[in-house]
This record gives sequence, C-alpha cells and structure tokens, in this order.
Amino acid sequence: MLKSIAVTSSLTLAVLLSGCADTAETPNSPGAGTPASPGGTTAAGAFDCAPYEAFGDLKGTTVTVYTSIIAPEDQPHIDSWKPFEECTGVDVQYEGSKEFEAQLLVRVKGGNAPDIAYVPQPGLLQTLVKETGKVVEAPAETAANVDKHFDPAWKGYGSVDGKFYAAPLGANVKSYVWYSPKTFTEKGYEVPATWDDLMSLTQKIAADDANAKPWCAGFGSGDATGWPGTDWLEDMMLRTAGPDAYDKWVAHEIPFNDPQVATALDQAGAILKDPKFVNGGFGDVNSIATTTFQDGGQPILTGGCYMHRQASFYAANWPEGTKVAEDGDVWAFYLPSNNADEKPVLGGGEFVAAFADRPEVKAFQTYLSSAEWANEKAKSTPNGGWVSANKGLEIDNLVSPIDRLSAETLQDEKAVFRFDGSDMMPSKVGAGTFWKGMTDWITGKPTNETLDFIEQSWPQ
Amino acid sequence: MKIADKFIEMIMAIIIFAAVVALIVGVAWLVGRLKSKTSDRLQGLVYILPVLVMLLAGLVWPAVLTIRQAFGGPTGDKGFTLHNFATVFKSPELLGPLLNTIVWVLAVPVLATVIGLAYAILVDRSRFEAFAKALIFLPMAISMVGASIIWKFVYDVRGPGQTQVGLFNAILTFFGADPVDFMQARGWNTFWLIIVMVWIQAGFAMTVLSAAIKAIPDDLIEAAKIDGTTGWRLFRFITLPSIRGSLVVVLTTVGIATLKVFDVVRTMTGGQFDTSVLALEFYNYSFRYFEYGTGAALAVILFILVLPIVIYNVVQMRKDA
Repeated sequence: MLKSIAVTSSLTLAVLLSGCADTAETPNSPGAGTPASPGGTTAAGAFDCAPYEAFGDLKGTTVTVYTSIIAPEDQPHIDSWKPFEECTGVDVQYEGSKEFEAQLLVRVKGGNAPDIAYVPQPGLLQTLVKETGKVVEAPAETAANVDKHFDPAWKGYGSVDGKFYAAPLGANVKSYVWYSPKTFTEKGYEVPATWDDLMSLTQKIAADDANAKPWCAGFGSGDATGWPGTDWLEDMMLRTAGPDAYDKWVAHEIPFNDPQVATALDQAGAILKDPKFVNGGFGDVNSIATTTFQDGGQPILTGGCYMHRQASFYAANWPEGTKVAEDGDVWAFYLPSNNADEKPVLGGGEFVAAFADRPEVKAFQTYLSSAEWANEKAKSTPNGGWVSANKGLEIDNLVSPIDRLSAETLQDEKAVFRFDGSDMMPSKVGAGTFWKGMTDWITGKPTNETLDFIEQSWPQ
Repeated sequence: MKIADKFIEMIMAIIIFAAVVALIVGVAWLVGRLKSKTSDRLQGLVYILPVLVMLLAGLVWPAVLTIRQAFGGPTGDKGFTLHNFATVFKSPELLGPLLNTIVWVLAVPVLATVIGLAYAILVDRSRFEAFAKALIFLPMAISMVGASIIWKFVYDVRGPGQTQVGLFNAILTFFGADPVDFMQARGWNTFWLIIVMVWIQAGFAMTVLSAAIKAIPDDLIEAAKIDGTTGWRLFRFITLPSIRGSLVVVLTTVGIATLKVFDVVRTMTGGQFDTSVLALEFYNYSFRYFEYGTGAALAVILFILVLPIVIYNVVQMRKDA
C-alpha cells in the first residue's frame, strides 16, 4: 500500500537522473510533429476529438482527480490531459496526497469523494466498491477501449463481482533482476535463461569472488517494511506453482499455507536465506530486513554484489551519472522461470475509479483508457519512469531504455501477466501480516511457521 | 493569483471569526442588561454555550461513535458484540503491542523525570547553567519524526569488517566488538526506541523541575541547613516535597504523551521486530486494514489506559489550586 508512495518519492530522483541516464533521445513519435515543449502541446489538428463529442457539450465543466502521485511526478500527468481539455473545454483539477490510501476511503464515506481517483491496488478498489457502494461503473466507451488495448487480465483486476469499474492506467514490471552488464562481460557471465542457470550462476559467483556476494536484497521500507519480500514470494509462486495456482492463492481458494506456497517460499529462501549468497555489501541474512529497498541494489555499482531482484521503478534509485542501459553501468534482465518456455510477469499499476457519472467524468475516463492518452503521457514524461500496459502505446514514444524494456515485456505475446498478489489480498494480510511475516521469515522464522501465521490472520 | 486567493480566504476567515465573537459578546451583553435575578447565570450560559456545542460536536459525539464502533464487529457497523476486544486480547500480534505500550508508559516518564531532575539539580546555579539547559532542551524543538531519523542513523548497522555508518556501532567496532543490530535485537529493541523518547522528553522535565526548584524559598533551605540538613537528606526532605506538584505534572504529561507514542515506532521500525505499540496498531487497523471496529476497540483501550493518569493529574491540580 505505502509502497506506491515510496516508489513515487524515489522517482523524484529520476528527474535529476534523466539528463545522464537517457542519452537525449528525441522522441520521434509518428504524427506528433515536433514536441517543442515537454508539455506535449500536440497540435490540435493531430489529435482526434471525435470520441469525446459523443458525450455532448462539456464546455465549462470540471473534473477533480485525486491521486497518490505528488510533485514532481504530477506534472507529466497534468500535461498529458491538455489535448482532452482543449478538445472538450473540460477543466481537470489535480490533487495529489501522500496520505492518499489512508484518506480516500474516509473521504468517500464522508461524502467528499473526488470525481476520479487513481487507485493503486485492486484490493483497495474492491474495498471501495463493497464498503461504500459509491464507485460508478465504467462507461461502455471506456470498457471498449480496455477490451481493445489491454490484456484481459487487466480488465479483471479493474472489475468487482463481474462488473467492470476501473480501467488500468500506468504499470510497472516487478520480475526483473538488476545487474551490471560491464561486470558480467568482464567476468564472462551470461544472463541466465532458466532458474537452474540462475542458480548455477549464483554458485559460480559465490565461488569466484570471495569478497562479494552474488545477491543483494533489502526489505526495509519504513512502515511498509517487508513488501519486497512479498514480491519475491509472488514471483516464485508464479514460477513453481503456475499462474492458476497463483490466482487461487491470492483469492484464498487455497490456504495461504498450502504446500505449494511453502515450495515457492523455499525456492526464494534458497537464495535469500543462504549466507553464502547474501547480503552483498550489507552484512548477514538478517541485514536484509533493515536494509532499505532503495539502498538494496547499490553495491552492484561498487562490486559488493552482482544481482538485485527489484521492479522496473528501481531505475530511479541509481545515483546521478549512472548509465541505465543494456550496454551501461546497470541494466535489468527478466527473472527467469523454471523452464524457458514460460514467461510469467509480476507487476503492478493504477486503476481509474470514478465516483460520479456526469458526462464529463465519463469522457475523461474514456480518454485515460485510450491509446492516444498512453502515447500522450509517454511524450509528456520527458525524463522517463512511466509505462503502461496499453498495447496501443508505441514503444518509440518512451524515452528511457528501462521503460521500453518494461513496455516490451508487458506487450510480449508469451508473457502471462499477474498483478502483485499482496495488493489484491485483504489489506490486513496484503499490507499487514504478509509484510510482517516476510520480515520475520528473513530474520529467522521457519517457512511453515511464517505461512501459518499469515493464514490465521486472514479475515473470516 | 493563488497567493492572493489564500490571503482573501484568510482575511475572510478572520472577519467571520470576529463576527461570531462579536455576536456572542453582544448577546451576552443584552442578557446582562435584563438585570433580573437570573441574568448573571444566563450571561454565563451564553458564554459557555458555543464551547459546549463545539465540544459535543467535535469531541463527545465522535467519542461516542468510536465506542459504538468498537462494539460493532471488525468493520464497526454490525450489531453489538465483544468480538473486537476478544480479538485484541486473543491475537499475539495485538497482545504484543499492548505489552510494549505498558513498558513504554512505565519506562519513559520515570526515566525522563529522573534524568531531567538530576540534570536540573546538577546544573542549578552553576556557571554554565543556561548553556547546559539549552543543550538538553534542544531535542524538544525537533519533531518526533526528525528525532527518530537522527537516532536511526545512530543505531545503523553494517556487516562486520565494513565501515560502520551508525555512531554506536562505530564505537563498538572501534573497541573491537562485533556490530550489533539494535533494531533487530528482539526484547531489547523496544528499550532502544524508548531512549529516543526519553531524549526528547527529558528536556521538558528538566525545564519544569528546574523552575520548581528555583521557586523553593531560600529561607526554607537556609533553615534546613542551619539545622544540619545537607546533601541527600536536604533533597529528600526539603527539595522533593517542595516540588511534588511539578513532579506529578511532569510524570503525568510525559505519561500521556508516551501512551500516544506512534511517530517514533513508525519511523524507526514500522512496528516490525516485535516493537509495535497500541497507537500504531490503531492507525494500521483503522487506515490501512480498514477494520474500523478493531481500530476503534484499540482506541477505547488506549482511552481507558490514559483515563487514570488524567484523573490523577486533575485531582492533583485541584489540590494545588
């Protein structure tokens, strides 16, 4: 839950970074002309206003948007709405808050709901729909856009009890391992294609380099400490038990402490709990719990470790001047699955929930779910750090290499996308006992006791 | 443009506030002019009524709702049940924070008061008194979150053989000892967190107690000295009884602040490694897990715990008055 906030604040760095990280590639977007200002003032003629005329004359109306995205990440969002505002005359007002997750439900229950909220978790969407009954179903036009541009799994995450409420907005990919291409080339290591390759590489590094460890990890994240651990388990669950079992596990159709989950957690433990493999640059296995996730991968640059499993948004945490590219200082590879034919992808994202059914709100929802918006957003984010699962998003419009890699991974035909499980479980588990359980696990609690503890906390 | 709007808003708010006050005073003045037998009482009522209304709407009514929610099941809107309180006392992840809170409330006021008192006596009438007092009072100016971040660095740990970032571990490794992960030392870590709170509160205790010591009449002390009372006995039989009222105020004020401790734990450990406290869990259940009922039950327990301290404080203050 608070991880989205942590991410947002870490992205702040991306702006500082960008100048060096992304070697000034001009976005040669087709049909967009010359994007003179980063504001993305697309020539009114190039933008198709027709889809929004169906909602009637909207001039002089206002739509309020409430999100967890705060400055400076808010400006690209505000800029990306310009074509819509110019077409329709709607004034879209932005409000970002660090306490978004804690406040949204209170505001909605108190009768002070915004028109639109960017909800970062399907679990919170479920709570909003079921507890308040004030979420408005998405209009048919929005649903049509989602059917056209998104993997069906995404539509499912925006639905509650078969009704479609919220279209997906941004996305991130979590199944990445950060590494240093330079170091790998120097030592003659290859990016592993399967889990077995990954483990033999891990052992090889441990044997080759007595002064470093193959892996770095950090579970620390303030009061959200433990969430990187949940991502590890979820990634392993997708690899050892498969997407179907994963879905059942998230929906609590199989218990949290099912033997399949124990297998997955032990596979994560084979790396994380082995003192020979972690925790490069920080200390023993226990140090994972207190190392912040932002600090977690930094020793890759100083030779303390070689690999760090963390999401695409970790790109923002590299210090200024680090080249994030396939041939640069750091880069990411897909966390391999047990066999090379399967490609499960763990990720996250936001959804657009509406609390009003006025025509201008519907028109705006439709705009946000369109491919036009996704491309506009890509263009108005000159420093990178944003990507969408929208298949209409043209990869060339993204400026930073890691964003492109994420978009490619999301649009890959072989990829089976699954949403971050802890974000879909009841908050008490997903933002409570699951985090705590993983923290206890990494500091020595056995696998079965950890899973039993989380299972008994599941709300009846 | 925006700044101008803010100023207009602010000025409007001041005008409205002044108008409301003028209205109340005006009505009270008119009532006072009646000059009947009851007009004095009526006048008092007019003054106190707005306060009563605001207290009822802003404090009493929400408190009633919270108590209602505490008995309304996990979500707070089901019928009458003791389920939430059973949850608190049955589940280890809530019983732990309850016990931790008790440790906090016992340790912080006592430590802060003892340290503050000792310091006040030591520096009393010394040459560097003002400077020494400023030193210990400074942490009061730092927010709880700020103080927690500072101490997080003090406790920071790196593996053996590496450069220690944290002050304590730098000292430990300098003398050849192994680095200690203070935050993960279960059983002890709550104590390390308590130090942060004592660090903040000792300055407050010192200030109040120092003022009280200075208020002891000089002739009283001189009389005691003529009688041959010095050192420990002077402190035990003259100083301590003279500052008793201030001691109670300091102990209870720090006690109440400690019951609400939230920022320190949230910032430093996030409640992990068995360091959580009631106020943090109350926040978690209400605003993160959306189990308002359980959150309300925790708030009610916190309220019951704070009640004796408040009552004792009020009784003492009335005695002094």
